[in-house]
Amino acid sequence: MTEPKTISMQGAICPLPLVHNEKIVMGHGSGGKMSQDLIARWFMPPFDNPALRAGDDAGVVQATPRTRLAVSTDSHVVWPLFFPGGDIGRLAVCGTVNDVAMMGANPLYLTAGFILEEGLELSILERVVSSMRSAAEEAGIQIISGDTKVVQKGKADLLYINTSGVGLVPEGVQISGSLAQPGDVIILSGPIGNHGIAVLAARGDLGFQAEVQSDVAPLNHLVAAMLKASNPADPLASIHTLRDPTRGGLATSLNEIARQSAVCIAVEEASIHVNPAVAAACEMLGFDPLYIANEGRMIAVVGPVAAQPVLESMHSTRYGEDARIIGHVEAAPAGRVLMRTVLGSTRVVDTLSSELLPRIC
Amino acid sequence: MKYLNEFRDARLVSNAMAEIRSATTRPWVLMEICGGQTHAIKRYGLDQLLPAEIELVHGPGCPVCVTSLELIDKALAIAELPHVIFTSYGDMLRVPGTGKDLFTVRAAGGDVRVVYSPLDAVKIALQNPDRQVVFFAIGFETTAPANAMSVLQAKSLGITNFSLLVSHVRVPPAMHAILGSPENRVQGFLAAGHVCTVMGYWEYSAIAERYHVPITVTGFEPLDISQGILMTVRQLESGTYTVENGYPRLVTFNGNRSAQAVINQIFRSCDRKWRGIGMIPDSGWCLKPEFQDYDAELRFQVDQIQPEESPLCIAGQILQGIKKPHQCLAFGEECSPEHPLGATMVSSEGACSAYFKYG
Repeated sequence: MTEPKTISMQGAICPLPLVHNEKIVMGHGSGGKMSQDLIARWFMPPFDNPALRAGDDAGVVQATPRTRLAVSTDSHVVWPLFFPGGDIGRLAVCGTVNDVAMMGANPLYLTAGFILEEGLELSILERVVSSMRSAAEEAGIQIISGDTKVVQKGKADLLYINTSGVGLVPEGVQISGSLAQPGDVIILSGPIGNHGIAVLAARGDLGFQAEVQSDVAPLNHLVAAMLKASNPADPLASIHTLRDPTRGGLATSLNEIARQSAVCIAVEEASIHVNPAVAAACEMLGFDPLYIANEGRMIAVVGPVAAQPVLESMHSTRYGEDARIIGHVEAAPAGRVLMRTVLGSTRVVDTLSSELLPRIC
Repeated sequence: MKYLNEFRDARLVSNAMAEIRSATTRPWVLMEICGGQTHAIKRYGLDQLLPAEIELVHGPGCPVCVTSLELIDKALAIAELPHVIFTSYGDMLRVPGTGKDLFTVRAAGGDVRVVYSPLDAVKIALQNPDRQVVFFAIGFETTAPANAMSVLQAKSLGITNFSLLVSHVRVPPAMHAILGSPENRVQGFLAAGHVCTVMGYWEYSAIAERYHVPITVTGFEPLDISQGILMTVRQLESGTYTVENGYPRLVTFNGNRSAQAVINQIFRSCDRKWRGIGMIPDSGWCLKPEFQDYDAELRFQVDQIQPEESPLCIAGQILQGIKKPHQCLAFGEECSPEHPLGATMVSSEGACSAYFKYG
């Protein structure tokens, strides 16, 4: 061994901060903090209005004195187009249906815009469209308008789909990310991480295989059943917040709710269900399932009196069979998500920082 | 999962913590070498379960954090070249060089790809014979065998458009540097289990002997870390300073001899500059002269680089265990995982990112 060198603290310095504010980088599409910064800085100020400012999955507007509409839009660039448990078509329908349903609204109609790359096989388009039709039938919605554009080869990756959706918010129902209150109970509709891991495995470029199916599914029937089991007129027995933890995963969605409602969300690590195959893939690849995307899961924040009836109503539906209570809402520290670990210690759960897995939806 | 769940068992960890409490009679400062251990400690809140007398400080075992700014700037310059496909582990893409990172280079049109293994980079070279494929070979002893294998594979396949930008570092010289510093506070070490899986732990006896510090080879799960702390504290309390193996299910005294043979075939020992610490003699590995054809630093002339560091960040003191992340004025303010001032905040093994993420 060579003589040790006395350390000079002159070396103990770091580089200047790097703020990506000149060009878009992949992290801006992660669904985490960089995406939130992008929206807050570049989209919110020019488009500012109350519905947008609410920062929910869909904008809610009073269309007539008795009618409230929930409107949402979502673009889909997932790669590969087909993966175990779903495809870009099913995803495009479910993504928007779910965003509308997360306002407690009953989704009715969708529009679909297709960006097609020169050279795309029409048999692929046929499969995608047929899958969209099945998903629309399952959700009980209609696709009533559409658009197609074709771009030169190399200017898109086979096929991108944008869908927009509209739904009616039932009278009296008030659901928003900003309505979680201390004392509320947090319910998670099923195991997390399936979609992200299924897509990643389907890519094959990490040389790993997993017996994991994407959870992509329309959640509007589940939401309808939950609303039936609750009482919108009673703050202790109503549903306050619904959110589907897509990009950025459960951790990011819980942080959004904690921030929007200015509350602390306290969850139990042991109660968060992760399928063994997803857990194993995450261990191998160094991912935390809390940050992996879901496309058919939902977080519900409900008044304490509603917790049990809502949970039971979820158990009786197809996409809520595995629903569990994972925690509750506290007053402080506001804006934080705290997790009691399996060992009994407590740690902070933060928002996803930047790119984890690109193009998973 | 078998071999994981047992080592996260709440009851067993709680028993180990009780043993640590009963073994501890006065304050001790322990350093865990590896960033993977730091993250497990914060993720499972192990520091909250320890008696107040035990202070854990976080070591330099995060390869992303200690890769020198000069080398990152070289990587950026090479990645910008039009005929180059630059491949790297994902973490390196966000480490800021002077004014930019690999994400910036990619957004500007550079072909930067994330791979999970250097052998994937060799495959990319095979598929793109008209392009130069460079792999950013960072890491400690743990990643060295696979990186060495990539050179052997490229050679045996006759691939000439593949090269490594080597930034390999070794743990024992860093331990010498930390213990030899006048500011040193570390009284005992949790050695990095994965490094020892490859290298064994015979090298550590000289360190324990010379500086009178107990060293325990330690794994990465909560029970492994609790066990490592317990074994180290017992030695400190009884005044002994030997090397013990707390990770026997994977680590042997001699380590993985065939992995070492591959390393020795490709690499030679060399001086290496550590980010935040400075030059440590004989602390790195470089390609041997007979494999210089695979050295990206020689293949691409990118010498006119003048790296510029900022005075705000204290990553260097953190990497040496002199300070904790929250003692940095910039922590959580100017410096966060999205806007990192230093590599310790960027890397998934970095101490600052562990503090930021898990509170």
